[in-house]
Amino acid sequence: MLSIPEPQRTNEFNNMTSLLDVKNLKVHFHTRNGRVKAVDDVSFSVNAGETLAIVGESGSGKSVTCYSLLDLLPKPPAKIEGGTAMFDGEDLLTCSSERMRHFRGNDIAMIFQDPMTSLNPNLTIGEQLIEPLIYHPDKARRQSRNIAKCRAIELLKEVGILDAERRFKSYPHEFSGGMRQRVMIAMALINEPRLLICDEPTTALDVTIQAQILELIKKLQKSRNVAVIFISHDLGVVAGIADKILVMCNGLAMETGNADKIFYNTEDDYTKRLLNAIPEGAKTMVNRAQDKSLVEVSNLRTWFKDYSGSKVSIVKAVENASLTIKRGEILGLVGESGSGKSTLGRSILQLAPTTEGTVTFDGTQLTGMSNSQMVPWRRRMQMIFQDPYASLNPRMTVFETLAEPLLYHGLANKNNITEQVQSLMDDVGLARAQMRKYPHEFSGGQRQRIAIGRAIATKPELIIADEPVSALDVTIQAQILDLILDLVERHNLTMMFISHDLSVVRYISDRVLVMHHGILIEQGDTESLWANPKEPYTQNLLAAIPLADPVSERARMARI
Amino acid sequence: MIPNDTHIQSDKGTSLWEDAWIKLRKNRLALIGLSLLIFLCIMSLLTPWIAPYGYEEQDLLMGATPPSAQHWLGTDIFGRDMLTRIMWGGRVSLMVGFIATAVALAIGVIYGAVAGYVGGRVDAAMMRLVDILYALPFMIFIILLMVVFGRNLLLLFFAIGAVEWLTMARIVRGQVMSLRKQEFVEAAHSLGLSQWIIIRRHIIPNTLGPVIVYTTLTIPSVMLLEAFLSFLGLGIQPPQSSWGLLINYGVETMEEYPWLLIFPGIALSLTLFALNFLGDGLRDALDPRTSKD
Repeated sequence: MLSIPEPQRTNEFNNMTSLLDVKNLKVHFHTRNGRVKAVDDVSFSVNAGETLAIVGESGSGKSVTCYSLLDLLPKPPAKIEGGTAMFDGEDLLTCSSERMRHFRGNDIAMIFQDPMTSLNPNLTIGEQLIEPLIYHPDKARRQSRNIAKCRAIELLKEVGILDAERRFKSYPHEFSGGMRQRVMIAMALINEPRLLICDEPTTALDVTIQAQILELIKKLQKSRNVAVIFISHDLGVVAGIADKILVMCNGLAMETGNADKIFYNTEDDYTKRLLNAIPEGAKTMVNRAQDKSLVEVSNLRTWFKDYSGSKVSIVKAVENASLTIKRGEILGLVGESGSGKSTLGRSILQLAPTTEGTVTFDGTQLTGMSNSQMVPWRRRMQMIFQDPYASLNPRMTVFETLAEPLLYHGLANKNNITEQVQSLMDDVGLARAQMRKYPHEFSGGQRQRIAIGRAIATKPELIIADEPVSALDVTIQAQILDLILDLVERHNLTMMFISHDLSVVRYISDRVLVMHHGILIEQGDTESLWANPKEPYTQNLLAAIPLADPVSERARMARI
Repeated sequence: MIPNDTHIQSDKGTSLWEDAWIKLRKNRLALIGLSLLIFLCIMSLLTPWIAPYGYEEQDLLMGATPPSAQHWLGTDIFGRDMLTRIMWGGRVSLMVGFIATAVALAIGVIYGAVAGYVGGRVDAAMMRLVDILYALPFMIFIILLMVVFGRNLLLLFFAIGAVEWLTMARIVRGQVMSLRKQEFVEAAHSLGLSQWIIIRRHIIPNTLGPVIVYTTLTIPSVMLLEAFLSFLGLGIQPPQSSWGLLINYGVETMEEYPWLLIFPGIALSLTLFALNFLGDGLRDALDPRTSKD
């Protein structure tokens, strides 16, 4: 490693008393189905200028912990059963609601995950920014509109919004996701808080934007000496910015310690599992690609008409795409959100109407076929969708979902259908006893197994997987990726794997295509592309991948 | 990795409707509603045999008397037994309520589902037709029907149903438009299922919640609509009666003979309550996301 580690960094605050000191926090939810211990006996502390990362999978209680500090939980069902949270000598858990309002306004600010929904679409961002200043709960600290405006513009500049005076009057929809998150950060900082809580602030963002936002938070923290609590499900994201890390699972604190200890010498089994689940390094399976191509796409264009503006505009989702998918290979397709990668996948399957160009499957041209002509071909090509919560019909049991394609395509009859569905369930690792259950009774990973089972039911040759693991927790993600690799091998599948997550694509693909603004800009064998990306866009993309390695991540932040 | 449990919990499995029945049986309010409705329907069916008097039979000595041992719910101004008239009226009201709503339901759900699913120009054209029918004063529409085809009860059902389906179509269309973009519908499409199977198996079952609720609201409004039409002389004619008609006459004499309003009112309200409880129960029971226990 080229970097210079900074061993003193975390020690230099140890002598001071902590800004926030949480001890034995217990939050329980009293639901109809009994008591859920969302946070069970969790303790941690944060000093000024320090970053604490709380890491855990969904349902681990990481967000509940922070929401309870600001009294943002719905009560009931939530109830704080015990513990203290001393902020600068006062207990946040027992203070009056008047006092809490004061803390929220002045001392503790929060940034939420989705910058889309946490801004009011009907107010200009300037109006939303100055709100906390001109309506300050503390009358003496209220400021006039003009002063507030100057302050807001100054802050917008600081968080990297260009042309801040003009943008002050813009509405949230006029900003991109990354810019909106910058506005949210400016909003959080406007009253100069001493503690900033970030709840997955980069999860909804693309990888290059994520790197910029992380860097911005780090920079602002240094210049203002604020304490930061950074909630994330991704150890890779927090590697570069965390001083201390708290690992949570099922409401319990599994491990607390400084970042280097957690990443390099963890003793906890759960943390080890989390670290091992991060997809890293090259694909280990042999490349099974044959010379024969299964799919050939030439000069494909998929354009949409966009009626949302005042004039009808044309969105060129896919522009002049040409590619081949060889039999037996796993082809990765990477790109940021809005790059047209999903549309390309759907166009190949004829699920999105193509505008121009041809798609050929096993020697037969699919473009131009009618829906009824497509039916026999649909059996041979399937799709796995991103969100296993949306891709299963909530009113159909596992049995019904899996039996439908089998019966429809005549691959099973009334007599052997149960047997067939059971063997399908074995194939994707679902317990046979769960055959009559509805999707909502399963976890995200199990649902994705059902969806995969449906896709392989018709014994297809080609599967297009559209971000099949991005909605899943990291340990589940690893299991599903292994399942996919296993199925590809056992059933001789050809796969196109679409993802925004470059580490996942590297772990699974033989060959990779890079897409940007609807255009395929680069392709190559995975490892040679990683080693030697030619296009500057690809280089930036690869450089922005967060690694679960604090030393190299800090070095990168220092470089920027 | 693959679980080897040879034992399977329930090989038979239960369908959506069997599940719904199991859940409905545990919902006391819904069961009360259901039994009340069944009771009312049986009473109406058996009316010709069990009604204490004939519906046009007059007791000229006892005009407009309050409830007594002889006439349990009193008599109207012509000396006709109210209990008998409510029983006969229930036959008409329940029949109008159920048949006209069924007509509205069938047309509305299919029309709305097709418009919402197909989308584009077809949807635009279909919905403009709905707008036009909305704008048409429905009284004129019904009067025209009556003039052309003559007055008959069956036509009345059809005419009311033909007006009530409009709102149903709009509700279903809205639901379907959001369902159409769901990934499970796209998944069904990528399996190669035909459009009609997708609409029937994947779309319509998922619109059940709002449809059931709206249906339970439609039935009483249809009953009142019938009363309004009959009051104008377009529906059923005296001496026949319906709850709506009885209520209308009851309102006129509310101050002198309150029982003429109260008893038909109670009959209608009971039906309404029963329908609402049953509707809520059905909606929950048909939603697999609510637990079976």
